[in-house]
Amino acid sequence: MSVFTTVLARDLRLAIRQSADSLTVVAFFAIATVLFPFGVGPEANILARIAGGVLWVTALLAALLSLDRLFAVDFEDGTLDQLVLSGVSLPMVVLAKVSAHWLTTGVPLIVISPVLALTLHLPMEGYLPLLLALLVGTPTVSLIGAVGAALVLGTRRGGVLLSFLVLPLYIPILIFGTAAVEAATTGMGFTPMLSVLGGLMILALTLSAWATAAAIRQAVE
Amino acid sequence: MGASVGQGWNFDVHRFANPTQFMRIANAIFPWAAGLSALLFVVGLPIALVTSPADYQQGETVRIFYLHAPAAYMCMMVYGIMAVGSAAYLIWRHPMANLVARASAPLGAIFTALCLICGMLWGQPMWGTFWVWDARLTSTLILFFLYLGYIALGDAFEDPERGDKAAAILALVGSVNLPIIKFSVDWWNTLHQPSIMSKKGFSVDAGMLLPLFLMLGAFITFYIAVLILRLRSELLAAKIRNARLSQVAVNHAPQAAE
Repeated sequence: MSVFTTVLARDLRLAIRQSADSLTVVAFFAIATVLFPFGVGPEANILARIAGGVLWVTALLAALLSLDRLFAVDFEDGTLDQLVLSGVSLPMVVLAKVSAHWLTTGVPLIVISPVLALTLHLPMEGYLPLLLALLVGTPTVSLIGAVGAALVLGTRRGGVLLSFLVLPLYIPILIFGTAAVEAATTGMGFTPMLSVLGGLMILALTLSAWATAAAIRQAVE
Repeated sequence: MGASVGQGWNFDVHRFANPTQFMRIANAIFPWAAGLSALLFVVGLPIALVTSPADYQQGETVRIFYLHAPAAYMCMMVYGIMAVGSAAYLIWRHPMANLVARASAPLGAIFTALCLICGMLWGQPMWGTFWVWDARLTSTLILFFLYLGYIALGDAFEDPERGDKAAAILALVGSVNLPIIKFSVDWWNTLHQPSIMSKKGFSVDAGMLLPLFLMLGAFITFYIAVLILRLRSELLAAKIRNARLSQVAVNHAPQAAE
């Protein structure tokens, strides 16, 4: 467990000292969301209808932007090689780094999302499911993203490639995340969607750390 | 790591020892697969496109089915082969399994594209539109993106072995996700109730089974034949690369000594 806390503390300290990175992700989330009223028009009922989907799509894209620095910086300066050589449990290191990524990008996205939902006229009953779905869904986004981020280490056009690998895998999260908001705003229960999102998170939690560790191992070989 | 360097050397030896045996069998199969595929296309296409009965509801457009269904079957089968090949490569470091997986990917992508294009052309007369966010169309489209991602990742590295390994891991991740994506899309589709969604549940007439199986056989043998061709050229390319490398090494050896 000490491996986990050490790596987590290190990554959090780095993120706090370079807080511009996290702020950029949140700023991207805001500006991308603000583009939609210009694209589809300012009618409140249309915006309210698509608010949940828009927020989820832009949150996924914002998280995607932050993924390429999840392992890349440590890969370039050799920290990743040291971690692999040190013999500590690599899946544990991955889980720590993913947790740090979620805390520094996922959580700020969740915090800012109600404000953006206000500008999109999201109905009142949509806020709780939006927040809960983001809370349960964004860890999966970080977990799946970690596999992609580790796979593209050392490629020339990593960023574009990463979106190609990871976005199709995000579709289930997008479907159930948006469905939770939609169910609540049309007066239905949203707990089944949250349960599915929770199931996806548990599945990702058990599998993604191993896949990411395997990808890192072949990258530093 | 010391262990992996040692395995790396074994791997190189494997690469030359194993393929010769593998290709001996493959080369023996090739004329049969290619011949059978040509025969099945020559016999099957006229039956499927001309002499088979037109559907009482769908009329002549039902003939698209004989290209669409085998393509749909192939795009799933090839992904399965890719996933099994990738697993065999990662677990036993079997180099031919990896070559089969890598060589299958573009074929799978083309079958998927063919399936989508046929589906769209069939959708226009049947549903009145080229594209419906039908569960099957949507998940086939996502499968197409998974194929493209696999191909792009495999080609993204300067060191070909890294591309092989990264692509193999991605294929396995994708094969775990594929059922989840399929389930999610099915669920999403029933939630949104597309208005012109028609169930393709026509009970297949006996007159349709013969052309269907002929075309399916033609597609499978076509895949096997082209796969063997691709493996053959891939191995030749590796040989040329190695010959060039050793030539460079010989030419540059005296200069290095000076």
